[in-house]
Amino acid sequence: MPSTQDLEQRITSALPGAQVSVEDLTGGGDHFRAEVVSERFAGLSRIEAHKLVYGVFGDEVGGAIHALSIKTSTP
Amino acid sequence: MTDTEIREFIGQAIQENDVMLFMKGTPEQPACGFSLRTSGALNALGVKYAALDVLPDPRIRQELSELSGWPTIPQLFVGGELVGGCDIVIEMYETGELAEKLGVEMPDEPKEAPPAAGADMPAQQGPIALENRLD
Repeated sequence: MPSTQDLEQRITSALPGAQVSVEDLTGGGDHFRAEVVSERFAGLSRIEAHKLVYGVFGDEVGGAIHALSIKTSTP
Repeated sequence: MTDTEIREFIGQAIQENDVMLFMKGTPEQPACGFSLRTSGALNALGVKYAALDVLPDPRIRQELSELSGWPTIPQLFVGGELVGGCDIVIEMYETGELAEKLGVEMPDEPKEAPPAAGADMPAQQGPIALENRLD
């Protein structure tokens, strides 16, 4: 079962320099919310920015990570 | 239905319905908090939309995600293009961008965005059904 720290680390390694905050919405280790602030999102649509974050986890989203709610912004 | 038929059905649904929502459950009985919020935003704007329940066959979701490149449900398509899932739709609802995209006015007294996402509700069983509100 992934922890919020695992998720934060994985997003940060995929998007170096990003400020990442992950919250476990239910305490059950499978519904998460991630707030990510990164320069990488500059010029991207919301869809593209969210896909970058989803992309970190591949098939795990919908699997072990049942739900990942995302909020992206630029610094 | 074969996988290919399901994929074609999904592609057709996206092309033929200007506002197309793939969700868990139906707008009347959403089976997941995220689907509830997303269909609730569309309901609050009073737009007509088609909705497809992905739960009756796991292949619907697999084929949809392969086609859209988006891993989770719900998924809202407008004019044949993916707008987003629950987070993006609610954010766009709140900023008025969704109303603008759909060519409708924000309600004078906007209803609160639909209830917060909670635990999943029990899944419904049934055949693949496209509930087409455009009729």
